[in-house]
Amino acid sequence: MTPMVKAEQVCKSFGALHVLKGITLEVGKGEVLVMVGPSGSGKSTFLRCINHLEQVNAGRLHVDGDLIGYRDKGTKLHEMSPRDAAKQRRDIGMVFQHFNLFPHRTALENIIEAPIHVKGVKKAEAVARGKDLLKQVGMSEKADAYPAQLSGGQQQRVAIARALAMNPKLMLFDEPTSALDPELVGEVLGVMKKLAAEGMTMVVVTHEMGFAREVANQLVFMDAGVVVESGPPREVLANPKHERTKAFLSKVL
Amino acid sequence: MTDVDTSPSTTPAAIDAVPLRHPWRWVAAVVIVILLALFLYGGATNEAYRWNVFREYVFNERVLKVGIVNTLQLTIYSIVLAILLGVLLAVMRLSPNPVFKSVSWVYLWIFRGTPVYVQLVFWGLIPIIYSNIQLGVPFGPSFFQLNIQALSIPFLLAIIGLALNESAYMAEIIRAGISSVPEGQLEASTALGMSWGMAMRRTVLPQAMRVIIPPTGNEVISMLKTTSLVTGVPFALDLYGITSREIAAREFAPVPLLMVAAFWYLVVTSILMVGQYYLERYFSRGASRKLTTKQLEALAKAQMVGEAHP
Repeated sequence: MTPMVKAEQVCKSFGALHVLKGITLEVGKGEVLVMVGPSGSGKSTFLRCINHLEQVNAGRLHVDGDLIGYRDKGTKLHEMSPRDAAKQRRDIGMVFQHFNLFPHRTALENIIEAPIHVKGVKKAEAVARGKDLLKQVGMSEKADAYPAQLSGGQQQRVAIARALAMNPKLMLFDEPTSALDPELVGEVLGVMKKLAAEGMTMVVVTHEMGFAREVANQLVFMDAGVVVESGPPREVLANPKHERTKAFLSKVL
Repeated sequence: MTDVDTSPSTTPAAIDAVPLRHPWRWVAAVVIVILLALFLYGGATNEAYRWNVFREYVFNERVLKVGIVNTLQLTIYSIVLAILLGVLLAVMRLSPNPVFKSVSWVYLWIFRGTPVYVQLVFWGLIPIIYSNIQLGVPFGPSFFQLNIQALSIPFLLAIIGLALNESAYMAEIIRAGISSVPEGQLEASTALGMSWGMAMRRTVLPQAMRVIIPPTGNEVISMLKTTSLVTGVPFALDLYGITSREIAAREFAPVPLLMVAAFWYLVVTSILMVGQYYLERYFSRGASRKLTTKQLEALAKAQMVGEAHP
């Protein structure tokens, strides 16, 4: 079976700054991969490479067998047109640290925006599905509220519903709880746990070690643009082999 | 350990203090009212104003049907053209393409760097500078020929002159509006599979409108007043041209007809200000945490139901 995400020696640099120095990993279908590491280690950049918000400089990145960002024409790779890149992104949901909900649209309007205008779903159908998704994330009563009227945790749950509305085969979470008050973290993690239990393939950048231990199939520790250590979360968290991992975990656990 | 008193204590009496006096406000108000009264009295009794001529011409058919109509048409056509061109220039300025960027910069440099009156006079001279417009292969055959000198197009030239000048200012306003929308908005739209154009149209520009509308309202009002400069083209059938040139010259009454022009400019500006208020309110939706009337009603209803069945 083709893995959902397959990264081979993925490198990314911004000018002279090398952020990713050869990331190789695989995420199987239905699996949850959690990435941890100090800030600046390249976790978020890698996540952004997966849906081509950043273009990979070297190596190959495949999602469900499709090469991301380039067309492979035998001898040479060709840069992908914006239209084709947009098409690839439709199947990949992304949840941001700062939610990035559309402030001029209500919760429900946020959710039905892309299905209607990108996929061409009929409005009635999109609304029905949107209401269903709001129910799933426990936000039915706030369908007509604008983002500014919602708490951070509520906004993030709407943002998750918005990403799910496109029926993605892969969900990316970029520090989804880092901007939240501690008491609101639980409600967002709860939604993510439910999603994982339903079999969604997820790549999650987070500092929530409890979530990693409980939900992840694989934990990757990154530092300075390389994967230092990876494996089943219980093993990595309990017996880190690398000095760098030990030092990091001793600070966050 | 201290006990927290949870029993409802008696509410303290509302403070009934002697309010602070503001004697200088009263002094200032009296002085200003007296000065204003003197000014109005002077205006009403000064012969030079010739208010009878003002009354005679304020609803004059030529003022209303030619002057105001032309001024409004000049304003609307120019500002619409300026906004369209301004969007184009702003997007060019923000694009990664260096050619577009520099073209936009040079355009802004020229059109903001020279006075609008000078530009209007220049546009008026276009038929002399380019008497013939030919479309065809350079040094080869021509497919299309237009003799501008033979056309009488001062109205069109006035619109072009006003619009090109204004577009430079609109471009800066629109660019500021687009830049004010957080980057995450474009990113979230992109991640949902939207193209750059759709993200601009559906996500970025509607949010930029909140920043763009207030200064644009000012520009519309300013444009209305700038139309009085089309006399430089020369185009003479606008509100200022009709009152202060045509009628005033015939009646030897510059002051009352200037007042007629001022009166109508003020009326139209006031109407535009009301329109601006409603536009601003429409585009600020979602910008504040304040609940809308509809939402407040729903909440109040929910509270009442909750109280009825504790």
